[in-house]
Amino acid sequence: MNDTILDVAHMTMRFGGLVAIDDLSFTARRHAITAIIGPNGAGKTTVFNCITGFYKPTTGMLTLTHEDGAQFLLERMDDFRINQHAKVARTFQNIRLFGGMTVLENLLIAQHNRLMKASGYTFTAVLGLGAYRRHEREAIDLARHWLDRTGLLDRADDPAADLPYGDQRKLEIARAMCSRPVLLCLDEPAAGLNPKESEELNQLLLRIREEAGISILLIEHDMGVVMKISDHIVVLDYGRKIAEGTPQQVRDDPAVIAAYLGVEDEEVEEVEKRLEGEA
Amino acid sequence: MEYFLQQLINGLTLGSIYGLIAIGYTMVYGIIGMINFAHGDIFMIGAFISLIMFLVLIGLGLTFIPLALLIVMIVAMLFTAAWGWTVERIAYRPLRESFRLAPLITAIGMSIFLQNFVQIAQGARVKPLQPVVTGGYTIMEGNGFSVQLSNIQIIIMVLTVVLMAAFSWLIANTSLGRAQRACEQDRVMAGLLGVNVDRTISLTFVIGAALAAVAGLMFLLYYGVIDFYIGFVAGIKAFTAAVLGGIGSLPGAMLGGLIIGLIETFWSAYFTIEYKDVAAFSMLAIVLIFLPSGLLGKPEVEKV
Amino acid sequence: MAATDQAQAPAAAAQPARSNRVVAALKESAVAALVAVALSLFLLGIRTVDAPGGLQLQYRWHLVLIAAAVVFAGRFLLRLLWWREENAGAPPAVAALGKAMTAFAERFGRFAAPLLVAFAIFLPLMPFADRYIMDLAILVLTYVLLAWGLNIVVGLAGLLDLGYVAFYAVGAYSYALLATHFGLSFWIVLPLAGILAAFWGIILGFPVLRLRGDYLAIVTLAFGEIIRVVLLNWYEVTKGPDGITGIPRPSFFGLAEFKRFGENTFHEMFGIPYSPMHRIIFLYFIILALALLTNYVSMRLRRLPVGRAWEAMREDEIACRALGINITNTKLTAFAIGAFFGGLGGSFFATRQGFISPESFTFIESAIILAIVVLGGMGSQLGVAVAAIVMIGGFELFRQAEEYRMLIFGLLMVAIMVWRPRGLVSTRMPTVFLGRKRKGISADYVQEGEG
Repeated sequence: MNDTILDVAHMTMRFGGLVAIDDLSFTARRHAITAIIGPNGAGKTTVFNCITGFYKPTTGMLTLTHEDGAQFLLERMDDFRINQHAKVARTFQNIRLFGGMTVLENLLIAQHNRLMKASGYTFTAVLGLGAYRRHEREAIDLARHWLDRTGLLDRADDPAADLPYGDQRKLEIARAMCSRPVLLCLDEPAAGLNPKESEELNQLLLRIREEAGISILLIEHDMGVVMKISDHIVVLDYGRKIAEGTPQQVRDDPAVIAAYLGVEDEEVEEVEKRLEGEA
Repeated sequence: MEYFLQQLINGLTLGSIYGLIAIGYTMVYGIIGMINFAHGDIFMIGAFISLIMFLVLIGLGLTFIPLALLIVMIVAMLFTAAWGWTVERIAYRPLRESFRLAPLITAIGMSIFLQNFVQIAQGARVKPLQPVVTGGYTIMEGNGFSVQLSNIQIIIMVLTVVLMAAFSWLIANTSLGRAQRACEQDRVMAGLLGVNVDRTISLTFVIGAALAAVAGLMFLLYYGVIDFYIGFVAGIKAFTAAVLGGIGSLPGAMLGGLIIGLIETFWSAYFTIEYKDVAAFSMLAIVLIFLPSGLLGKPEVEKV
Repeated sequence: MAATDQAQAPAAAAQPARSNRVVAALKESAVAALVAVALSLFLLGIRTVDAPGGLQLQYRWHLVLIAAAVVFAGRFLLRLLWWREENAGAPPAVAALGKAMTAFAERFGRFAAPLLVAFAIFLPLMPFADRYIMDLAILVLTYVLLAWGLNIVVGLAGLLDLGYVAFYAVGAYSYALLATHFGLSFWIVLPLAGILAAFWGIILGFPVLRLRGDYLAIVTLAFGEIIRVVLLNWYEVTKGPDGITGIPRPSFFGLAEFKRFGENTFHEMFGIPYSPMHRIIFLYFIILALALLTNYVSMRLRRLPVGRAWEAMREDEIACRALGINITNTKLTAFAIGAFFGGLGGSFFATRQGFISPESFTFIESAIILAIVVLGGMGSQLGVAVAAIVMIGGFELFRQAEEYRMLIFGLLMVAIMVWRPRGLVSTRMPTVFLGRKRKGISADYVQEGEG
């Protein structure tokens, strides 16, 4: 059985004297949506940065397993190799698009490594040799597919920075998908979205999981999104895992409620309201 | 040993000059995050104003050297500060909210302008000044080599220490210093809290230019010749000093200046004098690549 | 009637506002004039002149007065005519020119480029194309080539390189040394010089990969200076400040020489009378071909993955890394390809001049090339070409006032950045379209890169 896509084992991350992540272990199942939640400053984004190679964890092991059994030790890989070889794609909390380039260009850049190979590492394509044109058409087709899925098709030739906020979030997901990942890491995809956009996002993520068979790792504050679509939830507080389980288990866990109660009033209220709404 | 000691003295003297220029770089970088590329040329202008003021005083028959030095220093500081203020006002302030590289490019333009302005106004030839401060002490003798500590070297080092102390105190204890540190942290917030950001930045340039003027005066007295081109190389070396010490840190600038002065002097003394600039430039590259936050600076964590 | 009353009321209200403005402008101009006096008192008002027994002073107070008057008048006019408030941007003329250029490039860029090329090809046949014009055209094209080369690094990849002249020098010295020592011909050395320069681009690029913005700029500047100092002092190889003389001129593709007498001369081969212009025109076509090659390659690269990665890197380096783009390789290819074209330009410079020395490769050259790229609008091929013509042509206008050239150049650099930081052509053309409509992207969206 090859059921686990990501195995995080005893990961610790220190910045100088500050312990951001303390001995964290959890697993993410294949074809499932795993959410990481926790109060502000709990270390969620740091976990993402370790998984995607932007930070090197101080200790610990992060193993990613492909469906064919190939294994990657993420803590030993450069950030760009994690996307290129281990097939992990991510989005950013504070959207990072190529704002001065068009939506379509954004999606083609996500297919850089494939296209690079197709262009004979530039040497053949600059001379007009090889089958680069065909590959570029395929890349555009893939881009068109994800634009269609995200409803951005008619904005393909507009600069990315010109899109409204909600569309920028969607574009960032579409861009990540164009790099053909097996694991998609989303850092607060619902932040700043209105309820309607938030619901659309839910549908999009569920579709990504069903149709493309992709596993999703999600950081989210919006409990509506988390509780509705997650298969499994990991709760962090002060860099430690305080609870784990299905949405139902997590919401009943006293440690989770205490963690949220211990932080900010509005956040607690938000959680309580959600919990009531769900129940 | 004697030779080594002599080089040490020479290196510390040179380092003091670099350190004073480096303060201007480090303060400006600290407050608006840009390299004031024209700062080396401000130093050159300081040297020229000092030279002209000396000649004026000599022409007026003032022969009491300490008084002449004091007058020249004050005049050079004032008038060079005006240049520093103007450069900021014309070339940097309009671009404060522009993209990052714009002020760097105007800075290069300013640097070119200042060099050529002085070249046209004062001529391209080197300007000699007869020794003003003479004499000194022999502090050690042996092996047919005597270690000299000249009066001018004493003046340079003492003056540098005094100015350093004065300005460190200024930054630490006055409202100007507080405003400066506030602007360094967050310019917009400082503005919202009532700090006059424009004025604070202008004053930073003025102080930096005044110190560069003192450095220019020292350079003039120490070497006895200047030309319109001295700012370029001295500027890069002083910038290296600022980076080496940790950009944004005043003691760092001084420490960096001394180290660069020592490296240059010892390189010239023990290796080849032709390649002394290569040594300084390579030092810059090495420091930035391996020690980007400098000796006394704070390391940065990349934000993702 | 009522309507005119209403119209007059604001006009009457504007009257005192207007006189207030004049007073304010006068005040401001007076302050500016006072500053000008402070600035020029020593440097303009007193001149140091060489005299027996040391320097002597020459007083020229009238210059201080003139400076103050010019500043006063200039400031007053600017304030009154253009600036409603402080720092209200460029004078309308400058703004309008920029807008027109951008609109022109967007609408007619596709026609303007071929027209310019056609003009360039037929230039030698024009009646006014005498020796002077052709020399100037060669000079302009050399800068066009260099600026297009640097544009790859600065405009596309967003890496501010202040040491570009180093690669120009590497190209020039490669040809000079290989030709004078080993007798290799221009046509063999040309690609070799490009490759050597590209190699140096990688060597110098490697250590600066992690540097950004200002730091990158200053280190590349330092590298440029190091190469110049080495050229100056490594006498055994480079002849130091004496430079290398007698660099061979290019042959007609190895078939004939441009000589009056001797064997295999160009004019005998074609049965035409000898003219010294033949070589000039031949050189002109070489540099035109090299420049067009540079343009073709960079336009092509922009549409390939590597070029898109350059631009993406300029926009957001972290996002690139998250998408599997190897930043190291991407930066190095930009440095290498930019340097390659610098090397070609250097080789051409050496063969055209017949003499090179470290004097030709100072920081000012890097600054000029960079200024052309910035003035043109980073990333725009057409804008850069126009900027090179304007800048180098403009330099020529100041030929009589040789010593004021750099002074004005420095001031222009400041003015352009303050008034039009995005250059003449400020829109970015996308590299691929899904739909039919092709429109540019406003510079407001485009990042300049942080290094």
